[in-house]
Amino acid sequence: MSELFRTCPRSGLVFHKAAESLIKFNAVTAVVFLAVGGVLGLLVVMTRWPAVHLLSADLFYQVLTGHGIIMLLVWIIFFEMAVLYFCSSTLLRCRLATPRFAWLGYVLMLGGAAITGVAILQGGSSVMMTSYVPMPAAPHFYLGLILFAVGALIGCFVFLGTLVVAKNERTYEGSIPLVTFGALTACIIAIFTIASGAIILIPTFLWSVGYISNIDPLMYRVIWWAMGHSSQQINVAAHVSVWYAIAAIVFGARPMSERVSRGAFLLYILFLQLASAHHILVDPGVGTEWKIFNTSYAMYLAVLASMVHGLTVPGSIEVAQREKGYTNGMFEWLRKAPWGNPVFSGMFISLVGFGFLGGITGVVMGTEQINLIIHNTIYVPGHFHPTVVLGTTLAFMALCYFLVPVLFRRELFLPGLAKWQTYLFGGGTALMSLFMMGAGTLGVARRHWDMAFSGAPFSFEFGGAAYMMMGLTGIFGVISVIGGAAFVIVIVGTILLGKKIEDKSEYSTARPAVLPMAPPAPANTGTGFIAPGTFALAVVFLATFVVYYFLNWMYLSSVWPMK
Amino acid sequence: MSALLPPSERIWGNHPLDKVEGTWIAIALVWCLFMFFMMPYWHVFGKQNYAGEAYRTTPAVYSAKVEKMVEAHTVRKETALDIPVVRPPAGSDVYLAGRLWSWYPALELEKDQTYRLHISSLDWQHGFSLQPINVNAQVVPGYEMVLTITPDKSGEYTIICNEFCGALHHTMMGKIYVVDR
Repeated sequence: MSELFRTCPRSGLVFHKAAESLIKFNAVTAVVFLAVGGVLGLLVVMTRWPAVHLLSADLFYQVLTGHGIIMLLVWIIFFEMAVLYFCSSTLLRCRLATPRFAWLGYVLMLGGAAITGVAILQGGSSVMMTSYVPMPAAPHFYLGLILFAVGALIGCFVFLGTLVVAKNERTYEGSIPLVTFGALTACIIAIFTIASGAIILIPTFLWSVGYISNIDPLMYRVIWWAMGHSSQQINVAAHVSVWYAIAAIVFGARPMSERVSRGAFLLYILFLQLASAHHILVDPGVGTEWKIFNTSYAMYLAVLASMVHGLTVPGSIEVAQREKGYTNGMFEWLRKAPWGNPVFSGMFISLVGFGFLGGITGVVMGTEQINLIIHNTIYVPGHFHPTVVLGTTLAFMALCYFLVPVLFRRELFLPGLAKWQTYLFGGGTALMSLFMMGAGTLGVARRHWDMAFSGAPFSFEFGGAAYMMMGLTGIFGVISVIGGAAFVIVIVGTILLGKKIEDKSEYSTARPAVLPMAPPAPANTGTGFIAPGTFALAVVFLATFVVYYFLNWMYLSSVWPMK
Repeated sequence: MSALLPPSERIWGNHPLDKVEGTWIAIALVWCLFMFFMMPYWHVFGKQNYAGEAYRTTPAVYSAKVEKMVEAHTVRKETALDIPVVRPPAGSDVYLAGRLWSWYPALELEKDQTYRLHISSLDWQHGFSLQPINVNAQVVPGYEMVLTITPDKSGEYTIICNEFCGALHHTMMGKIYVVDR
């Protein structure tokens, strides 16, 4: 059977026809779920805003369950399927392995999401994304998640199969590109994640229909989080790959050192999925040594990897910009970057937001003892919104601004709105998260309908500062949702109404040219650092990290002595 | 575009690194190791730890222990629900139960005395969250956590629940009164 390929004249990318359809369907499905999850997010934030307090308690927990599952699993994993197919078939100029299985995976994911969605809508499964036993959900709540995971697993194997096809058919020279390497990292972590999910969700499903009498709640937490947290590590590997891709697309940047960047991805594969422990730090029945080793990803080696990517991605941009002549001072390369291009601005806000807000707070709250003053407060979502929303979602949005016009051969709809969207969404989310963290530090609980505790037998009042922080969380949460809506409008508008690009790229059965190796980088002849501006920014980052880290130890040392 | 292209070296492990990367990796590694050793250090020299003492139990067994303490040491009852306030002897074992939707019973402790605070759930998972000092722990049915505490300031402390436990989760509240001797 002859395979059809087309070459995009603007980007030079080579699309295999079957892969192109799969990328489009997975990405568009993802964006539709993002829109639904965004509406639910708006309802959540309008309820946690004390002055508004929109929904009733039952409805709030139901909506929050839906928001968590749609955003953390459905939107992101559908988009990641598109990223996996893009990073294998498109980047390697290779036919996608077994497109029919990829479609089967797509259908299973869609069906699974729908089944779990129905379970949540029916109201008997408001158990939050984590569905901690022994609180019961309807059996089809778990069943839908299992089907969704099986579909995603099929997508992972299609990705791996495509790498094999590319290697056998010699569609590229040398090693796979860095971005594909990062996607492979994400895929390997995804397989670990899905295996953990199967190990816990299948027995839980059997428990819910009565075949198993008891699921140990602590075992559930340990294994569930091997899925729940690791699935966020798929996102980290995926969005770091997207950062590298965008640096290459926008600036023609090359990785500073393949050895360093790939070595950092290897550290992710080895250590990043130890993160289950982050959620078990103040649980009974788990040993201290286990907690310390696991919560630190084996002496913070995966944190080291993220700190490396945090330097090498902007560093590679700095090198590329300096080669173009932006050499004045430390930061001309950054000042003269294309801040009006949402592909770049989205990626850069994602990088900074993930590092400063998501990364630092993640390490601090994942410190075993400091977790005592943070566990289950609204600080926790204040941490993971910068990682998953600023980090992953915004990076994926930035990629969409590049990829959707290329895939659908249409001009971007409302480019002026797109230009502002990354700032609106990034700024709104960043500030919302900051105020959530502030409120969490003051003790406000996550997953909690009423910080005034109406109907409780005793009374307790949070101070004015906590109320103010939750009010600001509400305001900036609404701004974040508006920013998200702008994204959906631009992307859906582009697909339906965007001006068609007549690019004469017809499908043909001709085999695409072999992907050549990159030209060797010129040697660094200077005596100083190749990227001094980036190094200075990295030092600012480290200083912030150190100060904030010790500040939290100081808070901890002020509470009751305990052991 | 070379992040999208195969690397120029056939063996990517041979790709040289610039001193900016080497320097940063060294600094970051030192910081990472420091943060790692901070945790065991605090277990030895810090005052706020949970050492991990815990036992398996069942709701029935644990509930019996709570009731025994309530019968022996209740000093008064509060609110329209007659919630017992228990004042156990200084230094003793204190049993607190999380259940749908209350923390039972209320406790009265002496300042600067050390207590072995046992916490467990009689039904679903709950989140022990002591305000306003914001000390938090996960409460898991079937497991009895023992947190050895020394309240060092007197006053009224509130336990809220910060693990979602159903419709009236927000009404789940308990009290710890810390009094001067």
